[in-house]
Amino acid sequence: MNRQKQSYVTIKGTKDGLTLHLDDTCSYDDLIAELEEKLTVNEPKESDGPLVSVHLKVGNRYLTPKQEEELRALIRGKNNLVVQSIDSNVITKEEALQWKRKTEIVSVSKIVRSGQVLHVQGDLLLIGDVNPGGTVIAGGNIFILGALRGIAHAGYYGNKDAVIAASIMKPMQLRISDVMSRAPDYKTDERNEMECAYIDDDNQIVVDRLQLLTHLRPNLSR
Amino acid sequence: MGEAIVITSGKGGVGKTTTTANVGTALALLGKRVCLVDTDIGLRNLDVVMGLENRIIYDLVDVVEGRCTIQKALVKDKRFDDQLYLLPAAQTSDKTAVTPEQMKRLVEELKQDYDYVLIDCPAGIEQGYKNAVAGADAAIVVTTPEVSAVRDADRIIGLLEKEEHIKPPRLVINRIRGHMVKNGDMLDIDEIVMHLSIDLLGIIADDENVIKASNNGEPIVLDPSSRASISYRNIARRILGESVPLQPLEEEQKGLFAKIKKLFSVR
Repeated sequence: MNRQKQSYVTIKGTKDGLTLHLDDTCSYDDLIAELEEKLTVNEPKESDGPLVSVHLKVGNRYLTPKQEEELRALIRGKNNLVVQSIDSNVITKEEALQWKRKTEIVSVSKIVRSGQVLHVQGDLLLIGDVNPGGTVIAGGNIFILGALRGIAHAGYYGNKDAVIAASIMKPMQLRISDVMSRAPDYKTDERNEMECAYIDDDNQIVVDRLQLLTHLRPNLSR
Repeated sequence: MGEAIVITSGKGGVGKTTTTANVGTALALLGKRVCLVDTDIGLRNLDVVMGLENRIIYDLVDVVEGRCTIQKALVKDKRFDDQLYLLPAAQTSDKTAVTPEQMKRLVEELKQDYDYVLIDCPAGIEQGYKNAVAGADAAIVVTTPEVSAVRDADRIIGLLEKEEHIKPPRLVINRIRGHMVKNGDMLDIDEIVMHLSIDLLGIIADDENVIKASNNGEPIVLDPSSRASISYRNIARRILGESVPLQPLEEEQKGLFAKIKKLFSVR
């Protein structure tokens, strides 16, 4: 078997460092072996030059976290090279499902009553009300096509850009990421327009007209 | 095959037992065979409201544990001719003496003989509540126009909606004070119904005579002149499927002056 003929590793220089195209049809062991060889051949003699960032393009190969670690260690072991990114075309089914769950809009048609908790991973579109004592939680944004009279927690996993919008905004509490605000103790006058809540520059939750979201969170359009 | 209806509220003291006694009596007045079941084991009082306390020999726990037949434990209401019966709760045990499965079997058996089995549920959402709803086909949620009672009703409706064998619950708003609602000091009916978003089965005005009647062991429904009595009779008719409009809360003002005021719609 002659490995010199078949080249599994292609090195390209770009202005942000090196891009390594790693073949995705050969075995992992062959790939490691050739990478080791190529890098050793091309290793500069002096070791005090500036660090060169390396981008790995692995094509349709799935790398386990352990393999990724191995590749990083191998490249870091050579003079002046450090892995900046590993780019693969494939992810596991589990990762894909999780990604889907975190980004999809889950629509639910029900009334969330006192004592009930509705928890979704992505954005929540609730067709109904949240009654006092009820709680809705979403990893992303919360949109309520009814009255919000209970507790809403958007950006549950730490997304501070998340927003809460409701046709009738009369919440007991609003929470976005780790910021919380509660309804004032005095009774507010009845306003019948749709409102939204977001975190402003002072890290406070602000409730305002829904129409402002267009400017504040342009990425809501998908 | 009859229908089993549980009367529940979550919060205590809103009038579950009074509603059970009166709706049951009203259904009997309309010619139905009715059995009232008190599931408030340890704190029974449906028998007191019905005035049947001193006729109890066996109770629900005796039946469930096989010490007697259902027929022996049922207390017949003498005011009716074989129309209205009560299965009293035990006073000596507590809620854990009965399991939901046992209740289900018991109610199933009663449904064979009666048109309506009304189950009086204890306050709370623990074992007693679970026993009461186990055998029910439908539910009536009782609330008063108070924020705390409405909050608990909301919680109970949420729990009832999870029970697949029970039809969507219907609402009874009890003890409404017309003048307080008018002044805005009490939640009004539309507000409560919109908030809970379930069908309204009836409203009952606050009436001192209800308390008087309960203390005498005579359900108010038996006194046809009282406003509360008419409300309860209307509820019974609605349960039978009739469409009966809600009563106005305020009594009509009488006299020429009132008529003139009404003409100019001065309030």
